Amino acid sequence: MVPVTYYVALSAVLFIIGAMGVLVRRNALIIFMSVELMLNAANLAFVAFASVNNILDGQIFVFFIIAVAAAEVAVGLALIVAIFRTKKSIDVDQINMLKG
Amino acid sequence: MNFSEVANTGLFFNLAPLLVFLPLIGMLINMIFGGKMSEKAIGTVASLASGSAFVVALLLAYSLSAVHGQAYTVPFAEWIHIGELQLDWTFRVDTLSAVMMLVVSGVGTLIHIYAIGYMHEDVRFKDDLRRFRRFFVFLNLFIAMMMILVSGDSYLMLFVGWEGVGLCSFLLIGFWYDFDTLGQKSTANAEAGKKAFIANRIGDFGFLLAIFTTFWHFGSLQFDEVFAQAGHQPATVITAITLFMLIGVTGKSAQVPLYVWLPDAMAGPTPVSALIHAATMVTAGVYLVVRSAPLYSAVPGAQYIVAMIGAVTALFAATIAVGQYDIKKVLAYSTISQLGFMVAAVGMGAYVAGIFHLATHAFFKALLFLSAGSIILGMERGHHHLAHGHDEEVFDPGDMRNMGNLRKQMPVTFWLYMAGTLALAGIFPFAGFWSKDEILLDAKLHAEHFPGVYALLSIAAFLTAFYMGRQIWMVFFGKERTDVAKHAKESPPVMTVPLMVLAALAVLGGALNLPFEGFHNLGHWLGYTLGEVEGLALDLGVAGISTILALVAIGISWLIYGRNPLKEGQPDPLKKPLGFLFTGMENKWFVDEGYKAVIITPFEKLAKFLSITLDWNFWHDWFHNSVIFAGFQSFARFLSDPVDMGIINAIADGLASLTQRSSEGLRRIQNGFVRSYALSVLLGVVAILGYLLFK
Amino acid sequence: MMTIDLILFLILAVVAIATALGMLVSRNAVYSALFLVLNFATVAVFYLLLGAPFIALTQVTVYAGAIMVLFLFVIMLLGTDELPERKVLNWQKPMAIFLALVLMAEGVYLIFIQKSASGLINNAPGADFGSPQAIGDMLFNKYLLPFEVTSILLLVAMVGAIVLTGNMKGGQS
Repeated sequence: MVPVTYYVALSAVLFIIGAMGVLVRRNALIIFMSVELMLNAANLAFVAFASVNNILDGQIFVFFIIAVAAAEVAVGLALIVAIFRTKKSIDVDQINMLKG
Repeated sequence: MNFSEVANTGLFFNLAPLLVFLPLIGMLINMIFGGKMSEKAIGTVASLASGSAFVVALLLAYSLSAVHGQAYTVPFAEWIHIGELQLDWTFRVDTLSAVMMLVVSGVGTLIHIYAIGYMHEDVRFKDDLRRFRRFFVFLNLFIAMMMILVSGDSYLMLFVGWEGVGLCSFLLIGFWYDFDTLGQKSTANAEAGKKAFIANRIGDFGFLLAIFTTFWHFGSLQFDEVFAQAGHQPATVITAITLFMLIGVTGKSAQVPLYVWLPDAMAGPTPVSALIHAATMVTAGVYLVVRSAPLYSAVPGAQYIVAMIGAVTALFAATIAVGQYDIKKVLAYSTISQLGFMVAAVGMGAYVAGIFHLATHAFFKALLFLSAGSIILGMERGHHHLAHGHDEEVFDPGDMRNMGNLRKQMPVTFWLYMAGTLALAGIFPFAGFWSKDEILLDAKLHAEHFPGVYALLSIAAFLTAFYMGRQIWMVFFGKERTDVAKHAKESPPVMTVPLMVLAALAVLGGALNLPFEGFHNLGHWLGYTLGEVEGLALDLGVAGISTILALVAIGISWLIYGRNPLKEGQPDPLKKPLGFLFTGMENKWFVDEGYKAVIITPFEKLAKFLSITLDWNFWHDWFHNSVIFAGFQSFARFLSDPVDMGIINAIADGLASLTQRSSEGLRRIQNGFVRSYALSVLLGVVAILGYLLFK
Repeated sequence: MMTIDLILFLILAVVAIATALGMLVSRNAVYSALFLVLNFATVAVFYLLLGAPFIALTQVTVYAGAIMVLFLFVIMLLGTDELPERKVLNWQKPMAIFLALVLMAEGVYLIFIQKSASGLINNAPGADFGSPQAIGDMLFNKYLLPFEVTSILLLVAMVGAIVLTGNMKGGQS
């Protein structure tokens, strides 16, 4: 018997680690992976709550999130490839053309 | 359904708008197509327009008698609806307005026909043929306006017609606006028109005040609604309304003190003088008082003022008429005097007598004027005959001193003129005798309420007979005082036939309301509208006195003017015995000069003072230049230098540099690094979560 | 009292956090990807524990399988070189760590002090809870429209990816 609190806490920790990854890493691919980690953290919380409340909808949401993440990764990686082609780099700090 | 059944149902009343629109149609036809029509066609159209209005008026009168005088209103158009103010154009057909309609359209039609002949010659003497059409356009417009006046169901519609006839009067007095009465090029006629318009304007101002006061206190301008409340309103209000209205009456009906425009109005062509300035328009004031009878009857004080103004006017104008030489001027003052009779009558509450005299006066005064026009044209013909081939010298065809013995040259006109004169002088059994007598009788019967009126009117009646006798002797008897008079020519039938009709009316018009039991036709007829009054029986005393006075006056005039006819160039024989009195009469008691000295000259001086000293020197030079212009300049300088540059511009500049500096700082945030944007997002998340947790 | 479940949870939690941190700190992108695969697998085990066998298998096939393979493929394609040091955004890292700590504190406060979430994970859920049949039943009845929308989304993503990476006009590279 594990309290749901523990799962939520784990989810939060994973989420924060993911956020840290987005914030401190410069490699676009790793940033992207961190985003996936954050999504995963959210999924974990969903499943945990679905289980504790005995409602299946949470799992359906996770299913949709996974589908959306797949789509996101496909497009995102395509973008990174496209950027790499022009910049010859995947350092996000070099992509600052919108600078004011 | 036969005719009388239709009349019984009142269907004919719905024809009332035609009274206005038939003359208007005639006017439009002449206005649009008149340029290509012959004079005869123009005159026929105009006369038919007026004549058909007369037929409509007859139908209305017949229907009225069929329904026993029941007043009938015909809503025609909504005009103004604002809140409580509901003004519609509604026609009102009752016995009073029917009388006016008949007089206006009947006499008007005869004058239209007469004018065909008159204007035919007039435009040739003045050498401007195009004005023939214009004359009939104006004349038809006048008939339409007069119909609006008498058929209106409210004071406002009455006022519309009132102003409309004023406009027509102005247009027709100044018809020969580039001539004077002698036919010379001048602005005199135009100025006469202006004078009439301004004098009327003063009166209209009073009338307008009356209308405003009425609406303010009664909440309506519709006759029945106003009269229904007459008993419930304070006497002061009604007195104010009636006296304001009296100002309008003195203007329109040429009473003291606003009568001065009427003699000058003789500048218009003679048919105009007959139609507008004798028979119809000038009686509008009388009609107004009769129409407002319920108001006047409520305030005896105002009634007395009205009666006294009428009586004073009657006498005052009669004295002036004695001293005039111009044939039309004599008739003009006579008209003023007779209008005084009517106003005095209606002032005393003798409405039937007033309307009776209005009708008979319309007959015989129109007759007199038109005959005078015939005489003047006859003189003109003689003048042109003599001046044939020569340079025309200035000649006054209307001056009685240039006439004499015209009986021989113009026999038809003479007899017609005699009929009119006897009617005006009040000789039995002519129309004027009956109507004037009824007024005098009323004045005598009401002497305790209206002291002095009877005496004034009797003297006026005496003078009336005297100046008419003087005119007859001077014009038709004695010797021709000029060659022109010798060559005067009679007028054609188109002029004399309408005169004969009028003469017949002048002779027989008294039958309208004879002072015998069973013959009070008019009194009975008007009784439907004004309330039944007991018909007066003939008072032999009053009738005898007035007849004797008239005969004596004619006798005196014969002694002075008939027995020893005026010689060429001889001054008036009255001049010597009467001395300064006659000078006064001759010069109209210097009223015009008095007005000029008391009102017009000071007014002009005031205007000059206002325009030169006040407006130009003070207002323009000093105030505008020094105060406004300079003040504005220095104020503008103050605004531009310290205020605009120092404050507003500084604020704008400051804002600009502030924006610049802050944007300099802000653009650092917009550094293009997606990671730092993400950091901002996280910062936001932390802050919002913190707020939600610890709020 | 420590139950088997709790012990299992703690072990797996440690593994998950460790692999996540591993992904975070690895210099080499390939290592990061591999750490993430491990993390996803750990999470899949959690799903099994939470009575979601279908989701767990989806996680393994889609995430650990398809997505991460795609990642690795791209990493291989683009090279795994370490990025050169750069002098910009030096304050980003301390700031990020600070904010993460604050967020962590807030999370602790929210979860353990306010106890906003409560309840125990049911150890023995219903027999068909989370089964493919139950999921499918729900997916094709209650969530039919979102399901269809998702299919369109995937189609769009596919087209987008092809457009972005392919050179349709026969341009350079």
